[in-house]
Amino acid sequence: MTNLIYDGTFEGLLTAVFDVYAHKLGIVKLHQGEYIDGALFDKKLQVITDETRANRVLKTLKVKLSSMGVQRLYAAHLAEIPGEDNNLLGFIRYAIDSDENIEEDYGNKYVMRVSEMVCKIRRERHRMEAFIRFQKLQDGSFYAGIEPDFNVLPLLIRHFKNRYADMKWMIYDLRRKYGIYYDLHDTEFIILDFANNGRPADVVAAYTEDEGIYQHLWKNYFNSVNIASRKNTKLHVRHIPKRYWKHLTEKI
Amino acid sequence: MDADRITEKLNILADAAKYDVSCASSGSKRKNENKGLGNASNGICHSYTEDGRCVSLLKILLTNHCIFDCAYCVSRKSNDIQRAAFTVQEVVDLTINFYRRNYIEGLFLSSGIFKDADFTMERLVRVAKKLRLEHNFNGYIHLKSIPGASDELMNEAGLYADRLSVNLEMPTEAGLKLLAPDKSHQDMIKPMGYLKNAIIQHTEEKKLFKKAPMFAPAGQSTQVIIGATPEDDNQILHSANYFYKNFKLRRVYYSGYVPVLEDSRLPALNTSVPMVRENRLYQADWLMRNYGFHVSEIVNNSQPHLDLDIDPKLSWAIRNMHEFPVDVNRADLKMILRVPGIGVLSAQKIVSARKFGKLNWDQLKKIGVSVNRARYFITCHSKEFERRDLTGNAIKQFILATSHSKYIKNVQTQLNLF
Repeated sequence: MTNLIYDGTFEGLLTAVFDVYAHKLGIVKLHQGEYIDGALFDKKLQVITDETRANRVLKTLKVKLSSMGVQRLYAAHLAEIPGEDNNLLGFIRYAIDSDENIEEDYGNKYVMRVSEMVCKIRRERHRMEAFIRFQKLQDGSFYAGIEPDFNVLPLLIRHFKNRYADMKWMIYDLRRKYGIYYDLHDTEFIILDFANNGRPADVVAAYTEDEGIYQHLWKNYFNSVNIASRKNTKLHVRHIPKRYWKHLTEKI
Repeated sequence: MDADRITEKLNILADAAKYDVSCASSGSKRKNENKGLGNASNGICHSYTEDGRCVSLLKILLTNHCIFDCAYCVSRKSNDIQRAAFTVQEVVDLTINFYRRNYIEGLFLSSGIFKDADFTMERLVRVAKKLRLEHNFNGYIHLKSIPGASDELMNEAGLYADRLSVNLEMPTEAGLKLLAPDKSHQDMIKPMGYLKNAIIQHTEEKKLFKKAPMFAPAGQSTQVIIGATPEDDNQILHSANYFYKNFKLRRVYYSGYVPVLEDSRLPALNTSVPMVRENRLYQADWLMRNYGFHVSEIVNNSQPHLDLDIDPKLSWAIRNMHEFPVDVNRADLKMILRVPGIGVLSAQKIVSARKFGKLNWDQLKKIGVSVNRARYFITCHSKEFERRDLTGNAIKQFILATSHSKYIKNVQTQLNLF
């Protein structure tokens, strides 16, 4: 068995695939992180990320998979779900080794696993589309802080850009410490230097006057639509797991 | 803005609107044009109330003043409650400001009937028109069609709203006569028929001219209250089927009656909400719309009620054991969809995956099949399969023994000694 160590980028992953075929490696194990010299592993190889090699693998993948399939693979990697590197590598190798498109071969464990990952990511993205709560700041722009389980921020751009085309907004991933900002024309990635942890209660100082009123109205509305005689806490928590509550205006 | 007054109105008018269960915000394809605000396509549930229902739209009444006296309704004329009314501008402001903060997908506006049908409908339409034309709002708008409103107003409503709905309230005409003597079944059907034809006509035009205006792109829906009158599930589902077929409705909603008023014609105030029955009706509805079941396969004169302890699909399967076992590696998608424990997504995955090789139990489990239910009804690429010649009843007992219903709250536990 050979241990491959790569830098965690998508190009790095594709370069690793290139190395697997170049060195005719059989069983491999892929790790993310820095290459440390030592006797930790019996046989190891550092993957040096190389754009040309990565592009050659990508070109092959584009032949073997549909364009949606390549996108799904990219999203699955981007989400940074820990411990999934080997499943992604397995999926890519299976795709390259097969003569036909294997995207729908759900009997294969790698295909099934990638499909499950994509499902998880979609759910998280969808949750963010639902649970993001913008707050209006004094300069008229809207701000929202989030802490998603996976790195889904890049997948949110299109939705929010289409929807809120006529206002400036910013969504900030407090866990991964970067955000997206829309300036009425384009979006860009930004990094802010927060003195505090940026939770909604801390932004109060920067509110516009009516922000407090609308938050109050929303909380009131949320309580009014509840039918007490149908209370079902288990279902409630299944739909909005508690870890999301701290950013939800109506649950604070 | 007088925040206190608005808060009070919102509380009253949201409270009165909450018995309308429809909260769908999907099925439209309205795009954000000219850099305006919002779009409507797939539907997002932005929050969930403590009773587990989704909050997708700002669901309010324009007013709860009403000239009708329907027994089941909190807003009925003879009920002594606080009354309030929003102005058109107030509803518009609330919608826009909630929408910008990503609280909602859009607006669901209903109303008590004040003065007459046209007067009320005209106000509803005015809200939608203002949102669309003055605020360039492209989010989802669901308007209630007021029974008896004129065709001209219904036409205008269709041009601005994504979905329109008329609540039938009672599954049968007799039930309606009993509880809502002021309302006529005919008045309710009329706008539905008009909209059905208008939607068909606009869809045809849209095919020919891309620039033709959209007309209620998310179609029509309706709601029936169950458990307030003695109709059985057979009558309810057959009437739902009638409306699906004849009025091209997108959805029929079933609302378990929540006892809110004392009335000799209605179940007593302490009656519990028929939540299990409501759930079974929705399951049956899904079977009709997505699983290719005909309504009379689910309920008929000899089977007028849905089983409460098992779901309608399992119930159908054990009544039709001669159709099973099904070989998942060979059977049609249509037949796989009928197997208890296999949903639409799993069925599609099975049909895709089996092209690459025969599937076994492990793979089926991974795909998402609920094997402890399905095992009695399928065979796959494995030497293991159910060999006993079990009766439908025995299977039911086996399945019930290994699963417990989410509705049975007090599961018997061992007696506590201390």
